[in-house]
Amino acid sequence: MDLLDKFDPLIAERDRMGYRDPDPLNIVMDEVLSATEAMINGRKIILAGTNNYMGMTFDPDAISAAKEALDKFGTGTTGSRILNGTYQGHKALERELEDFYGMDHAMVFSTGYQANLGMISTLAGRGDYVIIDADSHASIYDACAMGNADILRFRHNSVEDLEKRLKRLPENAAKLVVLEGVYSMLGDRAPLAELIAVSKAAGAQVLVDEAHSMGFCGETGRGVAQELGVEDQVDFIVGTFSKSVGTVGGFCLSNHPKFDVLRFACRPYMFTASLPPSVVASAISSIRSLKNAHNKRAHLWANVERLHSGLKDLGFKLGTKSVESPIVAVCFDSQEELFGMCQLLLAEGVYVNVARPPATPMGIYLLRCSLGAGHSVEQVDQILAAFKAAQEKFSASETLRDAAGDKNAADRQSPDAAVATG
Amino acid sequence: MSDMGLSKDVIYGRICQLIEPFNKKSVPLTPQTTFANDLDFDSLTVMDLVAAIEDEFDIVLPLNMLPDLETIQQVTDAVEKIIKG
Ligand SMILES: Cc1ncc(COP(=O)(O)O)c(C=O)c1O
Repeated sequence: MDLLDKFDPLIAERDRMGYRDPDPLNIVMDEVLSATEAMINGRKIILAGTNNYMGMTFDPDAISAAKEALDKFGTGTTGSRILNGTYQGHKALERELEDFYGMDHAMVFSTGYQANLGMISTLAGRGDYVIIDADSHASIYDACAMGNADILRFRHNSVEDLEKRLKRLPENAAKLVVLEGVYSMLGDRAPLAELIAVSKAAGAQVLVDEAHSMGFCGETGRGVAQELGVEDQVDFIVGTFSKSVGTVGGFCLSNHPKFDVLRFACRPYMFTASLPPSVVASAISSIRSLKNAHNKRAHLWANVERLHSGLKDLGFKLGTKSVESPIVAVCFDSQEELFGMCQLLLAEGVYVNVARPPATPMGIYLLRCSLGAGHSVEQVDQILAAFKAAQEKFSASETLRDAAGDKNAADRQSPDAAVATG
Repeated sequence: MSDMGLSKDVIYGRICQLIEPFNKKSVPLTPQTTFANDLDFDSLTVMDLVAAIEDEFDIVLPLNMLPDLETIQQVTDAVEKIIKG
């Protein structure tokens, strides 16, 4: 028995998809021209499937701050935050986050994945309860698997289901309810005010992951909790620098007076190298500019409205009825249609994410389009034109294949292999 | 709680009823039927089933118990134990 034999079904699945060129799951960007364009297979492609929501990856201030930090502090820290890996920049970044969120304590992690992994698994121990939304990000599920708490799951965004499950728990047990401001696959928002209200009524503490809402939701870009005016009810905010901030890293904020002790208890914080100084410097620069990026936010939302209504007019089935986030998910019934459309879009010069079960909820196959403040109105129109062309070509090929009786039924089954996008 | 007196057979029967809507391939159910291999349930299906079981018996069945619950019999035993407290 070989250890890797257990992956044979996944290998077979990948092989079956592998005849495609380009393979939607193996896209390589040979050159990145801007926050919205890259060279793929020798062609200039519009990027409509990134998490570059505020277009910060080529921000001139962020780049010059990173260059300066590289020159002054070198390429990396070679150590953990609690040993040799805390530079003045890491402290300055934590102060910057505290200022941005108006909260007392910030802790910077090396990724957002590790922030969730560390916070949830450390906060909730044996005898405690963690209650998560069914559509939670992989980092939240993995945090639950890593910790010793009892894990409950409630129906996605269902206030009633959460309340029912909380009521079954012992009154005096410690409880952590984990929510996300925006869910990354369908781009739908959580009804945070109602979910937090029932959590608090049950005596639970609340963690909100604002990974896909920081930068563009709320008056100063703090996320959905700010937009809904419920920030004072949130015990822990988790976020990432890998999306709107345009670099890499994760963080957690809290007003809890004992928060700092987690630096000495949280293993995904302690046992990994800290962020390189250049990353820290660009994060500080970008967070500072996000606070007052009102025009960018307005431009982004106007563009998303344009894309959402344009796709709806073309007859596509979308993940949300109206715009809830910069993520516009286009839903398909089969893997064949999903991959076919993705390839046709690439041929038309547009890159979008493919996402399949179980990374997606309810067995949906989706093309996940996301816009950023860096996209121009013209690019949005080009994306819409590409969708129209791809749709026409796909239905023409469908008609041909139907005539030939060549429907590959096996392609319509959902594999249990995660293909998560950010 | 009236559920305190449920016999193992009743619990088993009710769990089988809850499994049926997920049993797309109409696999015959026995106490030894496994969720992953016999029923071919993926992790999301198993978690949806757990929610249905929790609601049926008004209990808390934490997801972290799942790795030890491979067969219908094992789930029945676990539910009985939780009901008895
Ligand atoms: C909701 C959510 N939380 C956390 C993360 C992890 O962020 P990072 O890319 O910084 O690891 C992501 C994205 O990957 C996410 O979508």
